[in-house]
Amino acid sequence: MRILIYVPLAVSVLAAVGAWPLAERLPPRTATWLLTVSAVIIAGTSGAALGLLAMAAAMRLPVVAAMGGMSLRTVGQIDPDTLPVGVIAASLFGAAVLCALRAAWLRTMALIGAHRDARGLAGDRQVVVIADESADAYAVPGRRGTIVVTSGMLEALTEPERDVLLAHEQAHTAARHYLFTALVRLSAAANPLLRPLASAVGYTVERWADERAAVVTGSRPLAARAIANAALAAAAHPPRRTGGSVLASLAGSDQLGRRGSVPRRVGALMGPPPKRRIVLLVATIGVVAVCGVAAVHAAGDLHAMVEFAQAAT
Amino acid sequence: MGQEDDRTARAGSRRAAGELEAAALAVLQSAGSALTPAQVRDSLGGDLAYTTVVTILSRLHAKGVLTRLRSGRGYSYTPVADEPGLAARRMRGVLDAESDREAVLARFVSGLSPADEQVLRRMLAEPPDPDAG
Repeated sequence: MRILIYVPLAVSVLAAVGAWPLAERLPPRTATWLLTVSAVIIAGTSGAALGLLAMAAAMRLPVVAAMGGMSLRTVGQIDPDTLPVGVIAASLFGAAVLCALRAAWLRTMALIGAHRDARGLAGDRQVVVIADESADAYAVPGRRGTIVVTSGMLEALTEPERDVLLAHEQAHTAARHYLFTALVRLSAAANPLLRPLASAVGYTVERWADERAAVVTGSRPLAARAIANAALAAAAHPPRRTGGSVLASLAGSDQLGRRGSVPRRVGALMGPPPKRRIVLLVATIGVVAVCGVAAVHAAGDLHAMVEFAQAAT
Repeated sequence: MGQEDDRTARAGSRRAAGELEAAALAVLQSAGSALTPAQVRDSLGGDLAYTTVVTILSRLHAKGVLTRLRSGRGYSYTPVADEPGLAARRMRGVLDAESDREAVLARFVSGLSPADEQVLRRMLAEPPDPDAG
């Protein structure tokens, strides 16, 4: 049981190391699904592992043993875990639950607020142009999604490049990318080891929308130029941002080493379309599956131990 | 909306910075003329320190939500006029840095470092890869 319980924690470390290589090698849609589902499973199982460790330790408390009708001596014999490990596991488990709840609450309120503001600004229109000389464009998540573009951004782009921008933002809303980013952030809040997965998914949804825009407009070089020109315009006429968002934009590039996310996206579009990589995909799914199986086994072991200790009274 | 009412109801001694900013902005928007920090403090009520109000107003000014004019030894403040611009800035989470407001927006392009900018200019100058079409 002890070893099985630590498997999800080991897999978290592996996922943190592997997230960016996967994000860059797999086709963006596959990478987004894979990383998001993996993050949720790993966060769930590593949380469960901490919970199991805490429960196993709690059974050594006379009160708990008495309540569960278990033999304290038998519990001590089967499970050599010491109380300090249990206390640490319990505090980490509590912190993970609290952080996940807080993240879920903040994200939900932000989504509701953004949706309300978008309705106030745009009504039923899908695209809104704001008179603002700074160059900025973004999609607000919602049932249909609202796309906000500044006049400064429109002026910086040619007509075909504007089509790329709209196709990119429409891809975000149509494929509900905000659900992926929200889920992976939530997982990273519960298990901070998974933070690289959250930033990697932030990148893969952009790549997904880029590839979609290239398909819609029919040209990958055009899509590459549109992104590059939009980024240069935004750098020349930066949108006013709050402290938090400056941090967010830095966080987007920190994992990428020497190149930021925009040059990588442009470079990816200038190269050949992404290839399927079945081996890589299957290997990753395998590792995450091991994690799930280990957690289920560990839970089974704990259950067996409880029954054994109950029978011993 | 219920939430707003709730905010006014809690307009007591201890309020989060974001709520104070929202309240101060609301006062200035309904005032119709430029107000000094002392006037804003009187309208806000409660037991706010003068320095707190000055801090809130200068923070809002730094965010581009307020403009200020010299008035005596200090400043007087008015909200930036353009309604859509203000709504858009609100959407970017101007008043609530604690929230995930910025993170839920799917922005077309993120920030560029000076090095990124050079890389991009070089990439635009290069002929496209023949395999890329």
